[in-house]
Order: sequence, then structure tokens, then C-alpha cells
Amino acid sequence: MKHEAIIDEPMVEVRDLHVSFGKGAGAVRAVNGVSFALRKGEVLGVLGESGSGKSVMLRTLLGLLPAHARTEGTVTVAGQPVLSLPPDALRRLRGSTVAMIFQEPMTAFDPVFTIGRQIAETIMRHDRVGRDAAMKRAQELLELVAIPSAKGRLANYPHEMSGGMRQRAMIALALACRPSVLLADEPTTALDVTVQIQILLLLRRLQAELDMAVVFVTHDIGVAVEISDRIGVMYAGRFVEEAPIEALVDAHAHPYTRGLLASTVHGQRKGERLETIPGAPPNLAALPPGCAFAPRCRHADDRCRAEAPEPRVVGPSHVARCHHLSAGR
Amino acid sequence: MLTFVARRLLHAIPILLGVSMLVFGLVQMIPGNPIDLLLPPEAPPELIAQMTAAYGFDKPLHIQYFSWLGRTLQGDLGYSIFTGAPVARELMSALGNTFVLAVPAALLGFALGVGLGALAAFHQGTWIDKAASAFAITGVSLPHYWFAIVLVVIFSVTLNWLPAQGMGFEGLPGSFAEARSLVLPVVTLSLIPMGVVARVVRATVLEVLNQEFVATLRAKGLIDREVLLHVLKNAAPAALAVMGLQFGYLLGGSILVETVFNWPGSGNLLNLAIFRRDVPVMQATIVVLAFFFVLVNLLVDIAQAAIDPRIRR
Ligand SMILES: Nc1ncnc2c1ncn2[C@@H]1O[C@H](COP(=O)(O)OP(=O)(O)OP(=O)(O)O)[C@@H](O)[C@H]1O
Ligand SMILES: [Mg+2]
Repeated sequence: MKHEAIIDEPMVEVRDLHVSFGKGAGAVRAVNGVSFALRKGEVLGVLGESGSGKSVMLRTLLGLLPAHARTEGTVTVAGQPVLSLPPDALRRLRGSTVAMIFQEPMTAFDPVFTIGRQIAETIMRHDRVGRDAAMKRAQELLELVAIPSAKGRLANYPHEMSGGMRQRAMIALALACRPSVLLADEPTTALDVTVQIQILLLLRRLQAELDMAVVFVTHDIGVAVEISDRIGVMYAGRFVEEAPIEALVDAHAHPYTRGLLASTVHGQRKGERLETIPGAPPNLAALPPGCAFAPRCRHADDRCRAEAPEPRVVGPSHVARCHHLSAGR
Repeated sequence: MLTFVARRLLHAIPILLGVSMLVFGLVQMIPGNPIDLLLPPEAPPELIAQMTAAYGFDKPLHIQYFSWLGRTLQGDLGYSIFTGAPVARELMSALGNTFVLAVPAALLGFALGVGLGALAAFHQGTWIDKAASAFAITGVSLPHYWFAIVLVVIFSVTLNWLPAQGMGFEGLPGSFAEARSLVLPVVTLSLIPMGVVARVVRATVLEVLNQEFVATLRAKGLIDREVLLHVLKNAAPAALAVMGLQFGYLLGGSILVETVFNWPGSGNLLNLAIFRRDVPVMQATIVVLAFFFVLVNLLVDIAQAAIDPRIRR
């Protein structure tokens, strides 16, 4: 793993990322030391409960945080230091090399412009082509994501499409400038299960065809397993465990991961949050000094409550943060 | 879209009919009889009866209404009781005079209002926001006539740059020199539309900026100008609604501003007609103004539908 990483530069590299909103004691600490590296063609699933900092982490990768957010650490995407990039360089990176897909395709499109126009303007901005050429490319993109009668759909407004079709159009928009990194924030959560599967298959196919590095955020472990090569389990703004998919399913080391996997056994339905682990998600404005999961953990002892566990290697490319590693099995 | 326009046009008809009834009814309720004002108190009863019959005031109200409506629809607005001149001519000239103020005042007020509102919203919470918002609020809360007088004192009396009063032309200004008399009243009249539009644009732009799609626009790597275009187009329907109302008010003319600048506009005309109990002038002025009001709002409806496809149904 280490060896390979040297051969091809990672497309995304995050080191000890911290993101907080507000100052002092009341600050909301949304991301608390996330590190990972992602190579070309690799899919990292980021799995976590609502409020665990997934969206904030993902938006940081594209420099999309509001002005009052405070960041620490380094984020390198496609060789660019995102956190220290001047606005203009950041803008050129967005939508071209790095693209993003949002959770709610209804609200992610501007309601008063046509789909074709919204895809074409991205192409015109980055590829410096005229409107006709951009529209033609937009049509090809809609065909690529298997939207029937693509030419006619260009003139549609977002509200004239079904949810699944809008999400396909969103994917088409994201792929408009052939990005090498795709950031997806729960792109299937708002969809029906059957549509959800279609969109996942589509994403998987396009990811392989275009050899994209993908960070795929989800709270649905079934979806994460379906699409990812590796999974990072996020809790209170940290990766508590990160592992290749087989290792995570078969040899997970963290009690929280085990809780998540157990919750799927009871059959998770669409839109249902991961709730089978007793207790509530931590308050990000008042995190405990020790392990953030300790208040909900059956194995927690005094050490867990006093001292935050450091990441420990469990197996090949498999890391977990826990004082009782074997307890997760 | 065409069916939408057609339907809106049809909707306007009952509104206009209702307005005409209301206007007619309200004017009837004004205390005081125009004939009494016109004739000396010692006039013989036969003369009063003769005059009353000549103006049709002796007929039942609904007959009066329908004959007035019929004449109005044919463009016959009657004659002023006070001056005897055709109402249509007086009204045309007064409305025209108000128009040459209202159009530039609206353009100025709307442009400043959109600019200030958008500026404030994009810099929410900063000193730019506070300064722009303070400016807008000052605009709506300053007493109009007082501001007009201050302008006159500064620019006419002290600096002697601009005329203090009067139009100095008929119809449209023929030259820049003639247009100078427009400057002070136009600036005064633009204040309220500026302030009102700025407030609505600020609130609407803030609402739009909070919508998810703005994140998409930034994630697409659009430049600020392109993001601004998206945001403004989304904010436009709400802004247009207040602009339509404000333009309607401007067409009504401001009695105070027209008095300060001695401007023979529709505000002056209506004011005078009320004092003189000049029923035909009053009715015609109000009905024509109401017609413009309905027309402007109709245009706003159509513009909104053209901008936002979700409105067309
Ligand atoms: N702009 C912001 N200002 C202040 N706090 C914020 C902001 N954005 C997010 N947060 C806080 O950061 C924390 C993490 O939010 P985030 O949206 O990343 O969660 P998430 O894991 O994506 O959850 P979900 O599954 O519900 O989308 C939350 O407590 C949230 O309140
Ligand atoms: Mg989220």
C-alpha cells in the first residue's frame, strides 16, 4: 500500500484536517483530525450518522465552506493545496478537475434555468467553447447518463423532471468537464430504492470508465459497501476506522463499526437513519476529552473516557482508533 | 405562456369593472354637492334643478353609473364642472407631466434599489451591508416634501444650478437645458422606490443565497458575475412585484412633491378636483389611474411568469 502510493501520486490527500464553526468554548467542532489518501480510480466511502461531519469534510475538499468556518491541516486535491489556494485558482479547479454531486437533486439545480443551460455554462466556463458546442456536449452528457430523448430534455426546467432523472442530470453536470475527482454527498439518499440502485450502477460504471477518484459520502452502509473500494467510518468528525471493504465487513475492529453493521441486519429501509446503536450522537460543541464514542460504548472504561485513542494499524491498509480493538469483532 | 397571458388579460376585466364601480360609488359618497359649489347660494331653485339635470345628477345611481361607464369606455370622459374643459384633455396633459417624472424616477429608484439591496445581501453583516441598509431606510423615512425643499435650497437657491420650480417645457423636454427642471423632482420621487426595492431585494437575495443550488453554482466553478446572474434572476419575481406597485404609486403623482415643484401632474389635478368637488374629473382621474395600476400589475405578472417557469400554469 505504502509502496503503491509512492508510484502514483494520490489524487486526494487529507492530513489531520480540523474544521470548526465559531470560536472558543462554544465552537462546533465538525471535523476533528481526518486523514486519508485516495488514488486515481479509487472509491472511498465515508460512512457515518447524521451530524458526524461528512458534508463539512466533503465541502472542505472543494473549498466550499462558509466564511466563518475555521480550518486546520492540509488538503491536497489533484496536486493543489485547496485550503491555501487563491480564489481564482480554486474556481478553476471546481467543476473541471474536481466535481461535486449533492444529495437533493431538486434543490441542487437552479429552478429558473433549463437543465441544458446549467450544464452548458459549466462547459463554457472551463473549456472556453461557444454556446452551441457546449449545448451539444450537454446533450451527449445526458445521453451518457442514459436520459431518454436527451435533446428534448435539454430544454426542461428542473421541476419538469422526475427525481431519478434530475439526479442523472446532476451526474451529467458533474461529469461535464471530465473530472478526475468526484465528490458525492449522499447522491442517492433522496431517491426510491429502485432508482437508487440504478443511479449507483450508473455511477460505478462511469467511475470505472473515466477512472475517477471518488469520495462517496453516505449514511447507508449497504450503499457504501456497494460502491466503495475502501470505507472510512466517521464518528464525531473523525475516521474511527478505515479499511478495504472486505476487511471492514469481515474483520472490523471498532465497536462503532460493529454497531453499524449490526444495524443493517435488522433490515434498513430507505431514508432510515442508523439508529440501532443506543444513545445519541455526540454534541460537537462539547466533545468529551477521551473517545467520543465512549458514552455509547459497551466496552468503555476510564481510559476511554480520559484519553482519545490514536489510530492503530489492525491489518493491511486497515486502521482503527480504539483502546479495545478486538472488542469490535 | 400564451394561454397564461390570455387568461391574465381575461382576469383583468372583472377587476377593472369592480374598480370602476368602487370609484363611482366612493365619489358619490363625498359630502358636498358640486352644483352648490358652482352656483351662488342665492341661485333660484329652477336653475339648480336645471344644472342638476344637465349633469344627470337627478337620475338613479345605477343609471348614472352605466351611462358614465358607457361614455368612459368610448373615451368620452365628460367635461369639468369647474372649468368646462374636456376632462380627457386635462387628464392627458396631467398624466403626461407625471409620466415624465415617474419613468425616470422609477428607473433611478429601481436601479439604485437593486444595486444597494444586492450589495447589502452579498456582504451580509459587514459595514457595507449596514451602510447600504441605512441609506435605503433613510430613503423611505425622510419626509418627502422636506427633502425636496432641502434640495431646492441647496441646488437652486445656494448653488443656482437647477431651476427651483416649474416644468419649463411641454410634453417631453426638448433639450438638456429643459430637462434640468426634471432633476430635483425625479431625485425626490426616486427615494421611496429606492428604499422599498432595496429592502425587498436584500431580503430576497439573502433567501436565494441560502438555497442549496448556490453551492452547486460555486462547485461548478462559475465566476462571481455568473453566480450573481443566477441569484438575481431568482430574486427578480419578488422584486418585480414591489416595482410594479411602486410604479403604480408614482403614476398617481405625489401631491406634496408636485406642490413643492409647482408641477402640473396627476397629483395636482386630483387634489384640485377634490377641493372643487369636480366629480367628472375625479372619477376619470381615478379610473384611468386604476386602469394603469391594473395594467402595470398585469405586465408584472407576465414578466414573472416569463422569468420563473414554475409560475406558468
Ligand atoms: N455552516 C455551518 N455553520 C455552523 N455549523 C455547521 C455548518 N455546517 C455544518 N455545521 C455543523 O457541523 C456538524 C456536521 O454537519 P454535517 O452537515 O457535516 O453532517 P453530516 O454528517 O453531513 O450529516 P447528514 O447525514 O445529516 O448530512 C453539524 O453539527 C452541523 O450543525
Ligand atoms: Mg450531509
